[in-house]
Amino acid sequence: MIITIIIKSILAVIFLGGILNLAGLLTWVERKQSAVMQDRIGANRAWIEFKSKWLAPVNWILRPLNVLGLFHSLADAVKMFLKEDFVPEGADKFLHTLAPMISVVFALLAFASIPFGDTLHIGNRVINLQIADINTGLLFVFAMMSLGVYGVILAGFSSNNKFAHLGGMRAASQMLSYEITMGLSIMGIVLCYGTLNLQEMVRHQSHLWGFVVQPVAFILFMTAALAETKRVPFDLPEGESEIIGYFVEYSGMKFGMFFLTDLVETVLVACLMTTFFFGGWQVPFLSPDGFHFPWGIFALSHGVVITLGVISFMLKVAFFNWLFMAIRWTLPRFRYDQLMHLGWKILFPASLVNVLVTSVIVVMRS
Amino acid sequence: MINTKVIKRQELNFWDKTYLPSVALGLWITSKHFFKNLFIHTLHSVGLFKNLSGAVTFQYPEEQRPLSKRSRTRHRLTQREDGTPRCVACMMCETVCPARCINIVAMEHPDPNIEKVPASFDLDLGMCVYCGFCVEVCPEDAIRMDTQILDIAAYSRAEMQLDMKELLNPRSSLLYKK
Repeated sequence: MIITIIIKSILAVIFLGGILNLAGLLTWVERKQSAVMQDRIGANRAWIEFKSKWLAPVNWILRPLNVLGLFHSLADAVKMFLKEDFVPEGADKFLHTLAPMISVVFALLAFASIPFGDTLHIGNRVINLQIADINTGLLFVFAMMSLGVYGVILAGFSSNNKFAHLGGMRAASQMLSYEITMGLSIMGIVLCYGTLNLQEMVRHQSHLWGFVVQPVAFILFMTAALAETKRVPFDLPEGESEIIGYFVEYSGMKFGMFFLTDLVETVLVACLMTTFFFGGWQVPFLSPDGFHFPWGIFALSHGVVITLGVISFMLKVAFFNWLFMAIRWTLPRFRYDQLMHLGWKILFPASLVNVLVTSVIVVMRS
Repeated sequence: MINTKVIKRQELNFWDKTYLPSVALGLWITSKHFFKNLFIHTLHSVGLFKNLSGAVTFQYPEEQRPLSKRSRTRHRLTQREDGTPRCVACMMCETVCPARCINIVAMEHPDPNIEKVPASFDLDLGMCVYCGFCVEVCPEDAIRMDTQILDIAAYSRAEMQLDMKELLNPRSSLLYKK
């Protein structure tokens, strides 16, 4: 029992550490990717260099990192911690402090049921590479994502600022609208695989990945999930420069937490897309005993297969993060009525039709 | 009766309404730029094709934007072979200057063939409008605006006042003047 807990804790530390680091790295990716996309160079002035002669080898190692501007994430973090933590007059201090925490905690909790690798066998011990092996993992993820909305709404309501209040309202209606589409579009996948367990879902995709089975659900889910992350083109709750969002009254690390939530949610959505539609840790042609190419079998040991699976999961997540960043830097923001129109009049009926068609096909086949 | 031409607004077809083709087109354009520039930056990092540029921006303090030869930049006073200013203190530039930023005090030149020489030649960059009249009006080609120095940042207005020494040997930044 104790050993199981220790193993799970190690898994949690590794996975969440990876997620948080990836989220921190995404600030850099966002800066650099947008820069390269727009024919710019991007932030590269956070420069760490030692003056003393005997530290020259360290400088030599630091130089490429300096040139790439990787220390800007570090500089950001330092700035956030050193800034004044401001609570506006008349604000509900308790809720004002609680809101960013709710936001970030639920975003991170949702990762608990995402499988990032196949079942690992060490001796007699069976380790499922998933923090919490929940039978209804899908429901858990959706519950956590829905609870995350509270952070945003509370931030808007407790700030004693009308702009923040309006931003919170926009966030609430947008996220609730798109959650419906998200839930319904994923029903197609659930109908096809007949399970709510995410690990089982990934196992079902060993031959055919989800986006081939459910292409419509793939597009619908991606759109709705992008809306859930509250990033451009769906960044009406925030709209930093123009329409002012729910976190105007936040500063320092509390603002940092909202910022982190955004990036963590991007990673979360990338993980979900991978799990539902791109076969999670599945590698093409890879079976538990090695590669089964049409022209022959290439045997691999158990450890290598599992490692390949984890690497494949990470690569897919990285790809989706890249794609979301590309979308974020390509499309302009929706107008609010366009957003609601898209959510309720296009995506919602389309997801209903998708569920209907899928159910008919599933019933006909069984 | 004016004949107005009524242009019918084009109706969006089904695919336009789904936004998908335009999203894909937008992503195609931005990705094209992304991968092209990324490739160029990768080549640069191993020292190849330095003449291709992956960005339209310049890393300013280290790298200056190439300026046209005609562009009017910081003034300088030209010199004779012996290093004295070519200026004969005729006061033409001081007279023509619309911003009245030039202040010349004349004195006799030791050489009788040369009329006069400025005892002091002060130019206030904080007042200069970079019109270039002083250059055009100068009969001796003594003042030019071709140093290609653009930055006139200083901590105070007083530091923007250039004296003759500064104008004869223009340096890039005023911040390190004193």
